[in-house]
Amino acid sequence: MTALAPPTIGRGRPVRARRGRSWTGWAFVGPFMAVFAFVFLAPIAYAIWLSLFRTRLIGGTSFVGLENYRQVFTDPKFWEATGRVSLFLAVQVPVMLFLALLVALAIDSGRLYGRAFFRVTVFMPYAVPAVVATLMWGFMYGNRFGLVGNLNEAFGLSLPDPLSPDLMLASIGNIVTWEFVGYNMLIFYSALQTIPRSLYEAAEIDGAGQLHVIRSIKLPAIRGALLIATIFSIIGSFQLFNEPNILQSLAPNVITTYYTPNMYAYSLSFSGQQYDYSATVAIVMGVLTMIVAYAVQLRANRKERRS
Amino acid sequence: MFTNRRAFLRAAAALTAVVTTAALAACGSGDDGETGTPVSADQVQAALDAGGSITVWAWEPTLKQVVTAFEAKYPKVKVNLVNAGTGNDQYTALQNAVAAGSGVPDVAQIEYYALPQFALGKSLTDLTAFGTGELDGTFTPGPWSSVKSGGGVYGLPMDSGPMALFYNKDVFDKHQIAVPTTWDEYVAAAKKLHAADPKAYITNDTGDAGFTTSLIWQAGGKPFSVDGTNVKINLGDEGSSKFASTWQQLLDGKLVAPVGSWSDGWYKGLGDGTIATLVIGAWMPANLESGVPAAKGKWRVAPMPQWTAGANAAAENGGSSLAIPKAGANNALAYGFLKYATAGDGVKIRIDNGAFPATNAELKSDAFLNKEFPYFGGQKANEIFAKSAAAVVPGWSYLPFQVYANSIFNDTVGQAYVSDKKLADTLKSWQDASAKYGKEQGFTVG
Repeated sequence: MTALAPPTIGRGRPVRARRGRSWTGWAFVGPFMAVFAFVFLAPIAYAIWLSLFRTRLIGGTSFVGLENYRQVFTDPKFWEATGRVSLFLAVQVPVMLFLALLVALAIDSGRLYGRAFFRVTVFMPYAVPAVVATLMWGFMYGNRFGLVGNLNEAFGLSLPDPLSPDLMLASIGNIVTWEFVGYNMLIFYSALQTIPRSLYEAAEIDGAGQLHVIRSIKLPAIRGALLIATIFSIIGSFQLFNEPNILQSLAPNVITTYYTPNMYAYSLSFSGQQYDYSATVAIVMGVLTMIVAYAVQLRANRKERRS
Repeated sequence: MFTNRRAFLRAAAALTAVVTTAALAACGSGDDGETGTPVSADQVQAALDAGGSITVWAWEPTLKQVVTAFEAKYPKVKVNLVNAGTGNDQYTALQNAVAAGSGVPDVAQIEYYALPQFALGKSLTDLTAFGTGELDGTFTPGPWSSVKSGGGVYGLPMDSGPMALFYNKDVFDKHQIAVPTTWDEYVAAAKKLHAADPKAYITNDTGDAGFTTSLIWQAGGKPFSVDGTNVKINLGDEGSSKFASTWQQLLDGKLVAPVGSWSDGWYKGLGDGTIATLVIGAWMPANLESGVPAAKGKWRVAPMPQWTAGANAAAENGGSSLAIPKAGANNALAYGFLKYATAGDGVKIRIDNGAFPATNAELKSDAFLNKEFPYFGGQKANEIFAKSAAAVVPGWSYLPFQVYANSIFNDTVGQAYVSDKKLADTLKSWQDASAKYGKEQGFTVG
């Protein structure tokens, strides 16, 4: 009905329709806005609402204002967790993106034999669910019954335990890299594919070598893809949860209940029944992630403008 | 907004997490119902005759046979026995189900240490409405007092766990090691065994809150005291210190296998002799029989090692009750099952399959005491367990938020297992972290 009505009105009284405020547009975006508000805004608003309260075993629920936020900012567990994922971000993300770029350039170069095979194989781990991948790596890391243990036994080695406190973060980084190199490779590869071939021919005529082509043509052309992949990886690092959560059963003393901010929010909520504080941790972490991602984007854009 | 799937899925997951958390919190605050009207035995019987289906969350292995017999006796009743995890895993699931208000089982197995927390959280039905008064004297005093909380009865004792030393006799004979009677001898045996066979360990331990508190209990420690909402925590008392200094020797010498209990590696180690002993509750035989069938005939039972030579002290380890969550759909039927399994025909079925009772009649009967266990080479293990039950050090209590405290045990005490930190210091960290939580939850912690 609503959809049919406007043309009639428009045709009959054109002047009035132009002057008065028309709600017709809202009828079209209304359904979307309703879903958007319900699915995106309401949960966030509710989490913020929750974070203003505190529920206790003795004494029930009370309004505490910004007390939960004050607590987060002085909570050593939260900052330890944040520090850990920041370190993870600083080391794992560059390694992963560098490897992905290397593979993408190799496949794109056209000099690789069995290109399709490599593309699929490198991408394959991304299709393995993170839970399964972590379980698999967890078995391999085991130094009693796992692959590491078997290697030690077969060759009389004493490999360091990948699940010890010193190596755990690196072991998780290895799993995440394995999972996502292929995915990032695909982003880079598809960006490389859009570069007009004529540029390469021109470069060849000018006598540029492969390295020169990569530096002067390919890398500048896929800067946008690099930025996107970086931002997604930043978000992914800050939200680290699956991998440590599953490895916890193998190394309960190494992976604490506050190993990453997400795990901290999870255990606050599910073992501590502190939903309010958990919501606060989630909000603060979300804002932190946004700040870091935005800072990276800003820096990249400024660089682009300068160059 | 999201140009690729990974980011979209992440965003979706994050939102779901927020929504779930929010929804849980919303439901959690609405449940303040008090004890219902009395339900007579006739009403319970009527519910059993009328039939229906109930869901039972439990991990105790002998309940399977109980369910079979129960369904045979009451053909119209269908019991869904679900293993929702062992111990803490199940409590987390149960707390979530209660908070969400859906998927709550009709009956849940809850260990004695966790019962006060669930009762305090108003998640469980007070069973006095079903006339539990008539069961006075049915159960042994320890477990019976464990299910009572503030004038209510929140579960029926299913088993008890007086501790004993289970040891692999083959391993001890092979290396000519005497069965330890004190903890000092236990440490010596650990050294001798590991020196003789570097793959073999006296026991496994990756930091287990239940085990640690039980050993402190046996050593005479009383780290937790509770008086209403006043809680005192002192994990530096004499008993706790005794435990810490002895167990520290095992950790320093790397003499305990770094294998988590109930893991695949654990069952394997119990079977192949690389884990030589377990100091654990008397409910263990049923688990050994079902989990480590290959080692039948190799294992024996001995009294728990003592802190002072010649003493006779024991502690409880685990032991569970069956409780009825408030949000369960069919309470009368659930109580019918509860009574059958804990005080009716179910008791005998469970004992026959290796469980350890919490009922006076069975514990004192000759048939029970004289039972020979083929798994233990025909040993009359129940005599040892019964003596242990009588020697349990009185006066122990758990925290009213012990489930949470145990969930952070590995964050704190666990550090002594993977770093240079000392057990005594990490016990202090556990105390501080638990006290902090207690205060946040409105308890007065001294």
